[in-house]
Amino acid sequence: MALPYDSAPKFRDYARPEMLVTTQWVADHLDHPGLVVAESDEDVLLYETGHIPGAVKLDWHTELNDPVTRDYVSGAGFAQLMSEKGIARDTTLVLYGDKNNWWAAYALWVCTLFGHPDLRLIDGGRAKWLAEGRPVTTDVPSRARTDYPVIERDDAPIRAFRDQVVAHLGGPMIDVRSPGEYSGQLLHMPDYPQEGALRGGHIPGAKNVPWSRAAADDATFRSREELEAIYGGEAGLRPDDDVVVYCRIGERSSHTWFVLHHLLGYPRVRNYDGSWTEWGNSVRVPIARGEQP
Amino acid sequence: MTAGTLNPRLRDIVEEFTALDGRERLQLLLEYAEELPPLPARYAEHRDLLERVPECQTPLFLAVEADDKGTVHLFFEAPPESPTTRGFAGILHAGLDGLSADEVLATPAEFSSQLGLQDLVSPLRLRGLAAMLARIKNQVRAAAR
Repeated sequence: MALPYDSAPKFRDYARPEMLVTTQWVADHLDHPGLVVAESDEDVLLYETGHIPGAVKLDWHTELNDPVTRDYVSGAGFAQLMSEKGIARDTTLVLYGDKNNWWAAYALWVCTLFGHPDLRLIDGGRAKWLAEGRPVTTDVPSRARTDYPVIERDDAPIRAFRDQVVAHLGGPMIDVRSPGEYSGQLLHMPDYPQEGALRGGHIPGAKNVPWSRAAADDATFRSREELEAIYGGEAGLRPDDDVVVYCRIGERSSHTWFVLHHLLGYPRVRNYDGSWTEWGNSVRVPIARGEQP
Repeated sequence: MTAGTLNPRLRDIVEEFTALDGRERLQLLLEYAEELPPLPARYAEHRDLLERVPECQTPLFLAVEADDKGTVHLFFEAPPESPTTRGFAGILHAGLDGLSADEVLATPAEFSSQLGLQDLVSPLRLRGLAAMLARIKNQVRAAAR
């Protein structure tokens, strides 16, 4: 029941053009029964203020994470969540959200852990939909419950754990946080430690490419040429590199994971979701301070 | 300080939230976001008079005034695309604006954890609410000196 791909010319340059749709494509296909549009935002209330008609909410904090252990939901939990949302295994699941699709990319990455076959992002996300004056509603759709199968999570291809990052030291790594976080300056906000990490800095060898550099001013992804200049040129990644990306809790780096893996076609990109809130609290892991990798 | 020192308005707000189930709590938070009064012109035109609250994930600015009688007035600015942060500001405005300095200072720091939002809103955001309260109290103390 998969929907046709969006044949927008811009997407053809990307390694996997099928991973993106335009706002116009969404508007044209909203009534298609095989499509579910899901909004995933940084601000957990934003969906309630108005969303694409028919879109369901997918909450990163309360729905994709296990409520007790610092981990994602299990196969059974994911199956239950998808079933409640009215998403079937053969649904074309199109994600979008605020902040240049930062959280939507995170949701897409988590759905990838469960191998959902047809996942796509709306290029430009919520900001572009609103900027174009397209309709929004506060009506919450009631989709018929589905029977999503229990698929066990397969973390290995796209997720890195701390010990794997230790083993990867010296290999290609991208720290997608802001320069202040990377250098270690931003940990000591007077009176209020903001980052929840005991130590500041970055993983030695990691290059600093803030995630938002992959986004244009209208929140769409930059062209393949521009992205290659940033990641291949400035950051020096080679096409066959095995790359680890990280940020603070793995959300911003999901955006960069999407760019590297799906838009630029790097074969092996793993998101270290423990990220700085794990590394910066770990005993005896190496840390580098300052602006140099 | 204990929960017992919550002023009656904040206590009502806590009861209002905790009487609801999860989804309705978010709706209530949205109502507080919508009820947050706009900045008066004297601040809207002089943004430098506002204190930024960097602990909030999204930009939030506030100003605190105390009049001759020691009554505290609160002013907030948060963008509409940050309804959660606006909602927190709306709660503090509804719960503290117009009280005496002593009443504001008596608000327990753990107030942010009493709204029953822990499972709905990320801990980092709730810390933003706690930080807003801490900064309001700091300004009230500074004004009293």
